[in-house]
Amino acid sequence: MALEMYLDLFSQPCRSVYIFAKKNNIPFDYKKISLFEGYQYSEEFGKINLLRKAPAIKDGDFCLAESVAIMMYLAEKFHTADHWYPADLQKRARVNEYLSWQHSAIRIHGSKMLWFKLLIPKALGTEVPKEKMDNAVEDFNTSLNLFEEKFLQDKAFIVGDQISLADLVAIVEIMQPVGAGMDVFEDRPKLKAWKDRVRAEIGAELFDEAHQGILHCQEAVKTMDPKVLEHFKPKILRYFLS
Amino acid sequence: MPLELYLDLHSQPCRSVLLFAKINKIPFEYKAVDLSTGEQYGEEFGKVSIIRKVPVLKDGSFILTESIAILQYLAAKHRTPDHWYPADLERRARVDEFLSWQHTNIRAHGSKVFWFRDVVPAVTGSQVPKEKMDAAVEELNASLKIFEDKFLQSRPFVIGDKICLADLVAIVEIMQPVGTGLDVFQGRPALSAWRDRVKKEIGVEIFDEAHKTIMNVNALAQTFESKGIPEFLKLKLQKMFN
Repeated sequence: MALEMYLDLFSQPCRSVYIFAKKNNIPFDYKKISLFEGYQYSEEFGKINLLRKAPAIKDGDFCLAESVAIMMYLAEKFHTADHWYPADLQKRARVNEYLSWQHSAIRIHGSKMLWFKLLIPKALGTEVPKEKMDNAVEDFNTSLNLFEEKFLQDKAFIVGDQISLADLVAIVEIMQPVGAGMDVFEDRPKLKAWKDRVRAEIGAELFDEAHQGILHCQEAVKTMDPKVLEHFKPKILRYFLS
Repeated sequence: MPLELYLDLHSQPCRSVLLFAKINKIPFEYKAVDLSTGEQYGEEFGKVSIIRKVPVLKDGSFILTESIAILQYLAAKHRTPDHWYPADLERRARVDEFLSWQHTNIRAHGSKVFWFRDVVPAVTGSQVPKEKMDAAVEELNASLKIFEDKFLQSRPFVIGDKICLADLVAIVEIMQPVGTGLDVFQGRPALSAWRDRVKKEIGVEIFDEAHKTIMNVNALAQTFESKGIPEFLKLKLQKMFN
């Protein structure tokens, strides 16, 4: 039985899993789902992932959620090249350190940028109060500063000379606000140089393919049926603006 | 040079690291960091970690942050018994899945309830508005439900018959709101039974010792009265409620 991967490429963690599998020639059955349309709440998807989030995989009878766990599982199972998730104790610790930190830092603040700058005003028709917006942007910038000062420093990649899961997870999260029209790399030459290196290592074609959806998000929102996000509205507004 | 662990037992991730080291008899030097006075923002601590959070591990010249990464590092380096972080592909994936999910769920919501019930009143002298408090408790309850329905189910421990890193991380996070007087175990017999099993596996004495600080967290108000409120806390609270 084939490996099934349930993915919506608007979602950052879906992109990292997609890129990782494709880059490493891991065969999988691509189950394209739409989070905006609420597929994650279906009975069908509930059987795959009770957490009702993407990405989720089904490998035979084994179902797994959480992109970080998924990539570690795939790296191990398919014996991917060591640099992705090094066996060396300290190098692996550095990857784990980033993968842990990012959840409550770049991931959260980057996600907020897409919602605050694009989806809430344009798709939900609600204005984000200035103070909340300013704080959110500040938080995102603080995360990027820490990323550059602590995790990247003067290295080519987070762990050293070679790309790892840390860089992959970082890049997909940093691309999210770019989808909202934010020029994240302006005034950040070091970050831009790192992004170019990561894109080259992944392969420009694969990188661009994975990011096509998010980079056209602004257009997609214009033609989106407003009813689509309507049922999310109360939950989103409460989560982000209360 | 011995292993150094920089800890403040108000902090959930510090407790999991302390307990793991103690249970596995990993020798270390305890370096107390006092978060209530803002010690993490001092010059000294800045030399240890510019992220300015605890726990931090210093193993010779190797410095590592993020409790998840620290636990994984210690498990590998000290070859702790397999059940803590199993070598088996699927079992390990289950542990990784929980360790990833918990950051923005049980950890985030348990922390928020702790801040709302204890820190905010201790600093400001007033209660958090009822609506905000109720929303925070509701989110915590939703996380606890997912923990029981998806991660624990009818197993003795998260991944089966034996305790693992997932149980350790879960218990310290769940104890945070408990320290404020919110008994989340009441009305949850399965969760209570799991807690008792985990406590027993860890060792009731060392579990209680690690949780002494959080169970006496009402002392925070007195601490602020005698030592004053550190600036970082005032700013953090301002941001929390804008």
